[in-house]
Amino acid sequence: MKLTHRSSEKKVNGRNNNIDFSDPNIKIIALAGNPNTGKSTVFNSLTGLNQHTGNWAGKTVTHAKGSFYYRNQHYVLVDLPGTYSLLANSVEEQVARDFICFNQPHATIVVLDATCLERNLNLALQIMEITPHVIICINLLDEAQRKGYFIDLNSLNIQLGVPVVGTIAREGKGLEHLKDITYQVVNNLITPKPAKLIYSSDIERTLEKITPQLEKLLGERINARWVGLRLIDGDQSLLNAIYEHIDTFPELKKESEVLKHYGETKQSNILG
Amino acid sequence: MEKPSNQTSLAEILEITEATRSQNSNYIRDSIVESIYQHAEQITNIVVKQKELNKCPDRKLDDILTSPWLGYPLMLLLLGFIFWLTIIGANYPSQIIAKFLFTIESQLTGLFMRFHAPHWLYGLLILGIYRCLAWVISVMLPPMAIFFPCFTLLEDLGYLPRVAFNVDRLFKKVGAHGKQALTMSMGFGCNAAGITACRIIESPRERLIAILTNNFVPCNGRFPTLISLAIIFMGGAVFKTSSTAIATAVVVGLILLGISITLFTSWLLSKTILRGIPSSFTMELPSYRKPQIGKILIRSLLDRTLFVLGRAIVVAAPAGAMIWALANIHIGDTSIVTHIGQFLNPLGHAVGLDGFILLAFILGFPANEIVLPILIMCYLSSGTMLELKSLTAMRDLFVQHGWTWLTALNMMLFSLLHFPCGTALWTIRKETGSSKWTLLAFLMPTAIAFSVCFITTQIIRLLR
Repeated sequence: MKLTHRSSEKKVNGRNNNIDFSDPNIKIIALAGNPNTGKSTVFNSLTGLNQHTGNWAGKTVTHAKGSFYYRNQHYVLVDLPGTYSLLANSVEEQVARDFICFNQPHATIVVLDATCLERNLNLALQIMEITPHVIICINLLDEAQRKGYFIDLNSLNIQLGVPVVGTIAREGKGLEHLKDITYQVVNNLITPKPAKLIYSSDIERTLEKITPQLEKLLGERINARWVGLRLIDGDQSLLNAIYEHIDTFPELKKESEVLKHYGETKQSNILG
Repeated sequence: MEKPSNQTSLAEILEITEATRSQNSNYIRDSIVESIYQHAEQITNIVVKQKELNKCPDRKLDDILTSPWLGYPLMLLLLGFIFWLTIIGANYPSQIIAKFLFTIESQLTGLFMRFHAPHWLYGLLILGIYRCLAWVISVMLPPMAIFFPCFTLLEDLGYLPRVAFNVDRLFKKVGAHGKQALTMSMGFGCNAAGITACRIIESPRERLIAILTNNFVPCNGRFPTLISLAIIFMGGAVFKTSSTAIATAVVVGLILLGISITLFTSWLLSKTILRGIPSSFTMELPSYRKPQIGKILIRSLLDRTLFVLGRAIVVAAPAGAMIWALANIHIGDTSIVTHIGQFLNPLGHAVGLDGFILLAFILGFPANEIVLPILIMCYLSSGTMLELKSLTAMRDLFVQHGWTWLTALNMMLFSLLHFPCGTALWTIRKETGSSKWTLLAFLMPTAIAFSVCFITTQIIRLLR
């Protein structure tokens, strides 16, 4: 179905966040990052005035979407809440995780603060476990330089296995490059291959056992190794989220009772 | 579709993961987070080169302000300095304002006389409402006008997050969430705001602890009571020269007591009805900023001082009228106020207060700001009519009604620890959605306030 610009815009801004993934003309880009990394500056510079704010469905977390065009391609940029991790400690983290995990954006740009790269990398590493389509945007390069840091972007690219772009968003520097890399990732001209994070031997042994099984249950839509890791961590909020999206996992449908039960018992334990 | 026999079901997978988790005695989250952090550190070490610049000034300052050794003393010193400034600065303008407002009162009295207004109208409007308002303004405005800008200055400088960082360790130790340090700090502004802020704590258990204990730090409404009582009773009791220092020490001591009680009750709750392990979070220390003095003055004076004062006036005006009515409607030979006061007297006396003070706390339930004004109204209506011109006159009035420094101390303790005000309780009901927890939020502080005052009084009386 061919959609006009206007009607697709409406869909994107609909109450339930129902972004139309079937529309090949629109590429969905998620924008993630720690708070205070200049994520909003990147968002504003990329989308200009074409943005809409609202709340995530049923959550008190604000939510912004904007669109931009690059090489005749329509992109919708979704500004995820600023978080330090995706371990679902908070509603913000859950919202960000669920979007990347279930809405499956065509690419996720992770904005990192160049002045405290180490802390910011934690989030990037966690996102790279969920999806390979990650672009790292190292922002605030000028401030880092002032503080005496030099960041080897090429080396970072090799270490992470995903494209890395340096920016000074406040001055608009590097944003064209960011768009270009996004274009290449979205059109499969670059295929990011995130380096695997190795956990303690106990965890790895369990993962080895359950990941192939999970793959059968979950199918292609979601990274089985990551789900396995979350299950080992005992993250019942992910099970709840999977239950909410059960329609996208045909193999899992017959297990929905288990899923529901597990989520419920865990939840009632919190206050006990 | 046939299920292949070699396929493991979800339940089995969950069993395997559960087993791995319990093998690691529930420290699996730490292990996962550690692996991520280590990886991030490795990459950073490879990728980032740092020129040996002199360490940036922010970090140097943070090393001092949040150091395990100097952090707390510096915090106390800074807090003490602000209170000292407030106490020393508030007295004089307080007297001027009081003098001015009571001059107007006598002029208004003249006006009423000239028009032969009925006695009840004069009493209700002037002796009830106007006098109560005059007290609220003259007692509360100067301390607030000094304290709030100072506090806003600290906020603007970026010091408050450091305070939260320092206190965070303590909250972890008592089994509460580190963010409770932040919600507690907000409680100093307004407990209802602090309770609403508890939403930032994600775990329901830790959020409840934070909500139930928020009341133990004095809010805007109680600070003026604490400060004025400290000025007139604690300072004046000893030598004049050291009086300000003593008054300051008393207020700082009360705040420390409030924080200790917060920690103690948090610990008690997390060991009894709200058991669990504290969860972790990341706290960012924003860089220090140059404060914008103009903005601070406007923001703190308009947004805070006038706001709090306005609310106090709105609540105090009807309260003043009500007290006057209660004091002038007689059952038998005595007024209703005296009846109630006498009824509450034995209970008040046991905890080193009196019936009127308890009545003032009960009537001050809508807002803590008006407890002191109500008390003054009660005393005025039952005692000699005084021309209240200054804080010294207030002291004389209290002494006439049998106050000693012990009464003042108990009143301060009670004010610090007693039940949350109406707004705060309503907020607790809304945030917890449970009448049970709201009831506990009312009973726990009240019980603590009575026991602390009782113990203090009995010890002091024994010693004397």
